Amino acid sequence: MALKTELFVINLGPLHPSTHGVFRMLATMDGEVIVELEPVFGYLHRGIEKLAENRTYKQNIPFTDRMDYIASMSNELSYVMAVEKLAGIQVPERAEYLRVIMAELQRIASHLIAVGSLANDLGAFQTPFLYMFRERERILDLFDMVCGQRLLYNYMRFGGVSHDIPDEFLPALKKLLKHFPGFIAEYDQLLADNEILLARTKGIGVLPKKLAISSSASGPVLRASGVKWDIRKADPYSVYDRFDFDIPTGSAGDCYDRYRVRIAEMYQSIRILNQAIEQLPSGNVLNKVPLRFRPPVGEAFAHIEAPKGELGFYIVSDGSEKPYRFHVRSSILINLTALRDMIIGWKLADAIVTFGSIDICLGEVDR
Amino acid sequence: MTLALAGSEAAARLDKSLAAGIAGLNPDSLLVKSEFLFDIAAFLKDEPGLNFNYLVHITAIDYCDYFELVYHLVSLKHNHSLVIKTRCTDRKTPTIPSVVSLWRGAELQEREIFDLMGINFEGHPNMKRIFLWEGFQGHPLRKDFTDGS
Amino acid sequence: MEVGKGHVYSGAELDIHEGKMIEELKERSRDIIPDPDSWLTDELRQNILLTTVDAALNWARRTAIWPVISFPACCAFEFMGAAASRFDISRFGMEIVRASPRQADLMITAGTLTWKMAPQIKRLYDQMAEPKWVIAMGACGISGGVFKGSYSVVPGYNHIVPVDVYVPGCPPRPEALLYGIQMLREKIKRRKSFVEEKK
Repeated sequence: MALKTELFVINLGPLHPSTHGVFRMLATMDGEVIVELEPVFGYLHRGIEKLAENRTYKQNIPFTDRMDYIASMSNELSYVMAVEKLAGIQVPERAEYLRVIMAELQRIASHLIAVGSLANDLGAFQTPFLYMFRERERILDLFDMVCGQRLLYNYMRFGGVSHDIPDEFLPALKKLLKHFPGFIAEYDQLLADNEILLARTKGIGVLPKKLAISSSASGPVLRASGVKWDIRKADPYSVYDRFDFDIPTGSAGDCYDRYRVRIAEMYQSIRILNQAIEQLPSGNVLNKVPLRFRPPVGEAFAHIEAPKGELGFYIVSDGSEKPYRFHVRSSILINLTALRDMIIGWKLADAIVTFGSIDICLGEVDR
Repeated sequence: MTLALAGSEAAARLDKSLAAGIAGLNPDSLLVKSEFLFDIAAFLKDEPGLNFNYLVHITAIDYCDYFELVYHLVSLKHNHSLVIKTRCTDRKTPTIPSVVSLWRGAELQEREIFDLMGINFEGHPNMKRIFLWEGFQGHPLRKDFTDGS
Repeated sequence: MEVGKGHVYSGAELDIHEGKMIEELKERSRDIIPDPDSWLTDELRQNILLTTVDAALNWARRTAIWPVISFPACCAFEFMGAAASRFDISRFGMEIVRASPRQADLMITAGTLTWKMAPQIKRLYDQMAEPKWVIAMGACGISGGVFKGSYSVVPGYNHIVPVDVYVPGCPPRPEALLYGIQMLREKIKRRKSFVEEKK
């Protein structure tokens, strides 16, 4: 005899320890099982796209920092690439390598937070999170050395980077890279075969390959579903075509695969960094761009493989000092399209894990 | 490298019945009439030689005289891309057919455009504001938007 | 008054009075005055501290300030940095970040506040138990920062909740936040709960 049940609604957020920012989910529950889910956005909508239309191109670089604030370097890279494409600005080779070094360091820093907070969502309260933060601090020290900021760097410029790296940067980076694989292996050993992690993530929150493509998922979320698509390989930008690296993919598209893909990507980033240091040429890091910079009338779209997915900027210029339209292709907002399909039918505790495994940052979702 | 198809290249491969929907050819994009948008998009997605199965993003631009919608499409199979554009001159109740039934990825982006630019997407399953709250006056990304406060 | 007319009292009278007092006190002081704490055991005697109620209360309040979760944006990561291994906020008895406002006494407003979020922050503040404090962390928390002028951003948390300490920076480094917390501790130390302050 079936038990008669009554549906009820649970409100998660907008301030909830597991929502990684100000995100709200309205879950309709049948007992423990979620039968309907409505994500609610906009609690951090700051109107960046509108504000950017009233500021000059250069003044907008700090805005891009503040979108996905865990991966500021990647955001800047994408934006300056779009403007360079629009205005046809050349970038010195050394600056291209520095950009790759910063972007890959940023990817490791971002994935550390993703993995740490996923473990936090699983109930491993604080311990893995603190470990990951300890390693992240080492990377932030390097960024601090380069541009004097820990979080929002404002380092890249049209035509290069704002200034060259200090002398002590490369030895410190080499030292870090020497130790880093060991750290990742240690944490992976602690987590990967952990019975609780396996039980809570294997087969949970599955995003099938077909839905992943149709819902425009990107980054580790897309690759965990078995699609070998990485902008660094598919549409190489900067100097990525000079490096030898693999694209890790998953097969099941569940939370565990997304976790594994991120761990594997950190190793690949280390490979890229080692090659970049070896090949790093000397020379100028910034080509001169006029102070009153006015790109020609037109439009440009540039995209990169940011830590969380495909991040693109679509800039329309009317020939003035300010962009006519400043549009962001937000990887995380679009990754959340399939959230409902991934969560419905699972229990509330699984919803938290699935949400954590997508790795979101509300600054970019809401902008 | 992702091969960016020119507007004329894509237009040449379109079905004959859709030729009437082409409004203009640019070196980097294909301009289509809005009433043909859905059919052309469906063709681009399903035609095996083109196979645009991945919608990179949608955006809208307010050119004061008209709104322009920009669709960036990519084929993960053939690794080529195409930009299609469409225009909408009606400022009071601008309406464009929704492509959510072709690419689920359009769902949140169309809601975003509805919220910030005020363009209605016909056939969208859940057309309501996404970032701003109910009762917010106006659509901020329009060029004539003024903040009440 | 006439000068040089001599004393108004006789010298002997005063001396007699003084002598009497000495004698009396001497008489009374034959025994040793007992220590008022003599009834206390040795162990207890080492554990008693005399203070004012205010000082004791403020000491208790400032040494375990529990923050509530209200981290909308970027500054949250610098707060987490301050809470994590290197900067170790638990030195101030603050490592427990409460998810429930009813168990917290400090709101660190780490991030931009939008009008859509403002009712929630207001409610969170109202739900916190008295006494409670607010640290406005970062430029957005102080004035809206780079987003000031946006159609959806509240220009500073002090439009919504009273702010005690402002920590500038975009974002402030963890050191700056720790300094802000020390300032708040100083402020709590000077708080008077029982005496009306003179206006």
